[in-house]
Amino acid sequence: MKSSVITFPGSNCDRDMDVALKKFGFKNKMVWHNDAELPKSDLVVLPGGFSYGDYLRCGSMASKSKIMKSVINFAKSGGKVMGICNGFQILVETGLVPGVLLRNKYLEFICKNVFIKIKNKKNIFFKNIDRDVLELHIAHNEGNYFCTNDQLKEIEYNDQVAINYCNKDGKIEEKFNPNGSIKNIAGIFNKEKNILGMMPHPERMIDPSLSGEDGSLFFNNLINNLK
Amino acid sequence: MIVNEQVAIDHGLKKDEYVKICKLLDRTPNITELGIFSAMWNEHCSYKSSRLHLKKLPTKGKQVIQGPGENAGVVDIGDNDAIVFKIESHNHPSFIEPYQGAATGVGGIMRDVFTMGARPIANLNSIHFGSPQHKKTKNLLRGVVHGIGGYGNCMGVPTIAGQTNFDSSYNGNILVNAMTLGLVKKDKIFYSKAAGLNKPVIYVGSKTGRDGIHGASMASASFDEKIEEKKPTVQVGDPFTEKLLLEACLELMAGDSIIAIQDMGAAGLTSSSIEMASKGNLGIEINLNKVPCREAKMTPYEIMLSESQERMLIVLENGKEEQAKKIFDKWNLDFAIIGKTTKSKKIELFFNNEQVADIPINTLVENSPMYDRNWKKAKLPKKNKIKKEVLKNLKIIDVLKKVLNNPNVCSKEWIWQQYDHTVMGDTIQKPGGDSGVVRVHGTDKAVAASVDSSAVYCWAHPLTGGKQVVCESFRNLISVGAKPIAITNCLNFGSPENDENMGEFVECVQGIGEAAEYLKFPIVSGNVSFYNQTKDEGIKPTPSIGGVGLIKNYKKMITMDFKDVDNIVLVIGKTEGHIDQSLFARNILDEKNGPPPEINLFNEKNNGETLLKLIDNNLVKSAHDVSLGGIITAVSKMCIKGKKGINLKKPKYLINEIEYYFAEDQSRYIIEVSNDNIKKVTDILNKNAVHFDELGTINEDQLFVNEKTKVSIDELITSNTNWLVNYMSK
Repeated sequence: MKSSVITFPGSNCDRDMDVALKKFGFKNKMVWHNDAELPKSDLVVLPGGFSYGDYLRCGSMASKSKIMKSVINFAKSGGKVMGICNGFQILVETGLVPGVLLRNKYLEFICKNVFIKIKNKKNIFFKNIDRDVLELHIAHNEGNYFCTNDQLKEIEYNDQVAINYCNKDGKIEEKFNPNGSIKNIAGIFNKEKNILGMMPHPERMIDPSLSGEDGSLFFNNLINNLK
Repeated sequence: MIVNEQVAIDHGLKKDEYVKICKLLDRTPNITELGIFSAMWNEHCSYKSSRLHLKKLPTKGKQVIQGPGENAGVVDIGDNDAIVFKIESHNHPSFIEPYQGAATGVGGIMRDVFTMGARPIANLNSIHFGSPQHKKTKNLLRGVVHGIGGYGNCMGVPTIAGQTNFDSSYNGNILVNAMTLGLVKKDKIFYSKAAGLNKPVIYVGSKTGRDGIHGASMASASFDEKIEEKKPTVQVGDPFTEKLLLEACLELMAGDSIIAIQDMGAAGLTSSSIEMASKGNLGIEINLNKVPCREAKMTPYEIMLSESQERMLIVLENGKEEQAKKIFDKWNLDFAIIGKTTKSKKIELFFNNEQVADIPINTLVENSPMYDRNWKKAKLPKKNKIKKEVLKNLKIIDVLKKVLNNPNVCSKEWIWQQYDHTVMGDTIQKPGGDSGVVRVHGTDKAVAASVDSSAVYCWAHPLTGGKQVVCESFRNLISVGAKPIAITNCLNFGSPENDENMGEFVECVQGIGEAAEYLKFPIVSGNVSFYNQTKDEGIKPTPSIGGVGLIKNYKKMITMDFKDVDNIVLVIGKTEGHIDQSLFARNILDEKNGPPPEINLFNEKNNGETLLKLIDNNLVKSAHDVSLGGIITAVSKMCIKGKKGINLKKPKYLINEIEYYFAEDQSRYIIEVSNDNIKKVTDILNKNAVHFDELGTINEDQLFVNEKTKVSIDELITSNTNWLVNYMSK
């Protein structure tokens, strides 16, 4: 399986994502934001970080960078694209997935482990994961997912919610919502489910010596689904 | 502008210093030259009050590759890997403008580390604030934490450990000390010593603006009521540009085009150019019209004294300019050839085709003032007699809860959750432990780091306090299973012109030196911050010690959380019942006098090294050093982290339990040992003549002092976590 990780100026989880993808068997290439052509890929990842310093609005400038034209074309023709954290912010700025990401409710950066419940398994990203709840890691300042009521209806109607913040037993309640996201939404798909944007970082949970190993489950499953 | 004595005094120079400048130049300096002298000769850059004493510190060791005098210290960790590290203060600017002050402190220290060719792999910080009741404290704390996070998070460098203290002596002068560790190949370390004639001098990074002019001078003076007016002397940080600068510099460093490199920190272009020339025994010529400026009509004076952030100065090999420029173009950074090295041994500046400065380098560096300030020796205070009735009336659980809830003991999770501590994917011990630990990427090795200070002990008796901080750092590294290698120090004091403050400095440094020498724990970098003072009142003497240690196999790392029920808990080191200056004495008994606990360096070394042996033989399940709040506080924290309880045994000696449990005797650790291994452990301890007591056994969820006196771990968690969260949400 071939993957590509895009490096924007200010990306800082690009190396971590590269390490994770390779660990689970992907042949990964790092792609510079100023390149025009995307290498042949089975998966394109927009990594976390602070692309363009998050100036103007998180993800906004990155969404207009040269490589993104190819990424958008790739995604629109059914290519698998995953945006993590800042990558999710870039995805919403391109309009590939609906909604926006606002500043966290308590106006503070949050770095901690959270539990998420997988809402939809009928897709390449979560199909065959034998658990409903995963422990992942978040580290962001603008992860407060928001959309209009009409958008929300449409998102729910099309089963576009990927994951929700919850407790370890999978209960989705406001008190387990770390950032104020509408309906505890931690990640969403596009209508066709070939594009996933999510705030949690699976690439930081791939080793028992780190905060945990549920990220390993995610990547192992992903590469098997893509085969 | 005509330069005279008054203008010199306005620049923070003393009368006799101005006379010396005129004599060295054999003429009156012009305003640009005076600015350069004031920048190079202020306390912050010249170390004029501290140099004499710092010379006495032990700085050499088997693993030391570079000691003080470079951008940062470097130590060998084997396999051609080296760790570059340093701590630095950003106290004055952080009080005036907490967000930018703290942010640029973090940015500055990271630059010091990657200037040497190292990729930063961990950040730490030590921050001190005034009394929680003081009207400024909450906003300063919030601003500083946001600033540290804002910069470090954006850079993608994990913040893995730190320390936060509150004490009314910081009401008017907070402390913000930032530390960075970087990883470099031993044969790819870069230095600031220029070499060769007519080599191009390159400016890269951000443009120069009018921010931070006189920043270093401001940091060399006491505060008064007009301090708010100094806001323009605080630099403004841009972590995004620094991230680009980091990547661009490391890309250029992969080749062989750099002769010398120096970041523009305090006193900006002035100190960076002069330091490179001075170390190479060369001259330097700069055309100031070539310096990329952010604002129109900047004068030579402003360009030379600006402390705009995210800038570097590089001396390149001839003919490598185009290749280097390509890299900086790729990262969208300014790149300008602004001058060359010369044989004149002078700094010569040109602007609009006129020479605007012409100063022999040695007048600025070797001939800078050095003072042997008067200082007063501190007497060891007399021990307090604590009345037994007072102790008898105290309920141990109530006291414990109060101690755990104390601002200086309570959980700082509210703070470190705002720092990205997991980016880079190698953090194997996050904040809240004895040390932060990161793996050396792609290897079995890990590096542990901790930052400590004990201002109360240093204030009570500077010599003992100085020793104690070094020992505490030693212990924090050993507690996670790391072998201590070396330290960096940030020496925060009041005015050196006050005999008592100067005495605190001299004796703390002496104590630090003695302990570092004995423990073979040399000092490889650091900085001094004097004038942490508002009008006549200085802070408590606060040397911060950043320690670095190595874990050869990261799988052997130890954490402090209790692991398994029925395991046995020991305390290593003797408990004599030293209560004076303990958190218990100061906060529960309201007794602020008396000497700090004594340091016995032999025991310190022996206890620590023996514990490392136990850890190396896989005999220890968890470990934690005993510090503020004594044995019972340390044990409670291990219970809290592991969500387990303990059945404590009645102490064999020291009839009074309160004294036994809350005393702050030094050189002690708590360890957890399985029943299978207890004999092996006690044999090794006995063989090495290490004193130990058995404290008790681990249970599910309660802390029992005895049958009747107990508390649930959930209650202790509440006591420990609530204070800061409640304080910040009010």
